[in-house]
Amino acid sequence: MKKNKLRRNIFIISVFVFLYLPIFILVIYSFNASKMNIVFTHFTFKWYKELLSNTTLIEAFRNTIIIAVTSTVISTILGTISAVGLNKYDFKGKNFINSLIYIPIVIPEIVLGISLLSVYTLFHLELGITSIIIAHITFSIPYVITSVRSTLNALSKDIEEASYDLGANKWNTFRYVTLPLIMPGVISGATLAFTLSMDDVVISYFTAGPGSNTLPLNIYSMIKTGITPDVNALSTLMLLVVVIVLTSSAVIQSRRIQKRELLR
Amino acid sequence: MKNNKLFKYLSTTPVIIYSISLILIPLLYILFLSFLTNDAYGGVEYKFTLSNYLTVFDYTYLKILFKSSLIALITTLICIIISYPFSIFLMDKSEKTRNFLIKMVMIPFLTNSLIRTYGWIVILRKNGVINTFLTSTNIIKNPLSLMYNSFGIIIGMVYTLLPFMILPIYSSVSKIDRSLIEAAKDLGASKWQVFKNIYLPLTISGLFNGSLMVFIPAIGYFFISDILGGGKIMIIGNLIKNQFLTARNWPLGSALSIFLIIITFILIRIYKKIGGNMDDLGGM
Repeated sequence: MKKNKLRRNIFIISVFVFLYLPIFILVIYSFNASKMNIVFTHFTFKWYKELLSNTTLIEAFRNTIIIAVTSTVISTILGTISAVGLNKYDFKGKNFINSLIYIPIVIPEIVLGISLLSVYTLFHLELGITSIIIAHITFSIPYVITSVRSTLNALSKDIEEASYDLGANKWNTFRYVTLPLIMPGVISGATLAFTLSMDDVVISYFTAGPGSNTLPLNIYSMIKTGITPDVNALSTLMLLVVVIVLTSSAVIQSRRIQKRELLR
Repeated sequence: MKNNKLFKYLSTTPVIIYSISLILIPLLYILFLSFLTNDAYGGVEYKFTLSNYLTVFDYTYLKILFKSSLIALITTLICIIISYPFSIFLMDKSEKTRNFLIKMVMIPFLTNSLIRTYGWIVILRKNGVINTFLTSTNIIKNPLSLMYNSFGIIIGMVYTLLPFMILPIYSSVSKIDRSLIEAAKDLGASKWQVFKNIYLPLTISGLFNGSLMVFIPAIGYFFISDILGGGKIMIIGNLIKNQFLTARNWPLGSALSIFLIIITFILIRIYKKIGGNMDDLGGM
């Protein structure tokens, strides 16, 4: 029995080793003095200093953050409003709209990428940061909608009824009753949108256009010509950003839960 | 009452505009493109043709479609083989530990997937981590070819897509009543019988959800086959990318995309038939 348990734990641990190995290697080598990336010679911050003077890479990083933040804010707002609208009201063609929403989640990213590229070209929209932001909003909204919708479905209708009976109008009910209650869904939708945007390669690749400088495009071209260790440094920093965003969203959520429990 | 109408209008208009202009129109447009003729300058001529679809069934393309589907299928199977024991073994842990470990599955996936794929180059290449370790400890004499072949691509795909299998399978495994499994074991069922008669039927929608979210991206992720396959092995994603960006034959690229959309829709239909919930797809 004990041996069995050991075997099970070894399996779980090896899955985690597989998942963390590439990241671990990148972080380690971002502090490695040797440029060849194979043997760890000694600890250095050299590549972080070099990163600061690599203006193209810094600009790419900045653009990536701008795209992620802007598309997250817009898709979270639109997605939340849409989830509420779809949950509360019936209108002609609602089923059709509902099935359209799943498309960006299920179709291959490359198909979404080229179809947006084609339409951009059709309407002569200049490719650049704006076109990438629109594309990221397109694939993020459905994730926000499904995430908010799952909390909305769990919500009892009585609470809103009570609010109306007490004389609150639609807006005040939404603002002071519904929104605070669905906030966990909104936050997890926003976190999802942010990470999807940071992670995306395929859709950015098609909607970026030749001139724009974003991290995926930058690294993609570098992989072909040879990557410099300052990319390891940047990857480490990006990982740090995402971990901070995630932890803070988890902290906000648990604070909210604590607050609610105190009110009870 | 007027207030109510305004609120309805405000909360439903954005999603209608969004889904029609950014989802429906772009897809209809590539459907339209796929029936047009490519001209010599990389533009399109407004002349109806079916030739793009006939080209898709050309031998050279069919070979790529087949190889690409095979790579995606192997990727899906490996993800399944890892995810089931992982999820089942995880159930031995307390709820708190399980939640923590599932979060830990997600964290690596929050860095850009290109960077993670690059991490695998450092590990797999001729003078990479694995080969350096194996040759310096004299386990092998000559470095192994771990990348620039299908092996490298499959490693990259499994790595990038594994969480999309682990999450839905874990979520359906965790909903199974533990007493069912205890009862089966008490009655003398073997491990395989328990898996086949309890786990599998009760997790079928999670299994299909994961397979969908692994298989479909795996036919499109051109950057993984570019980087870890060294451009030697093409998958459908590379083919579409080339038609749009290098060969500039948009009608053919569109026809290939329509082909992918059809495969996707068929898989979705099956998923719905076996009782899968659309809201569960792609959930992290």
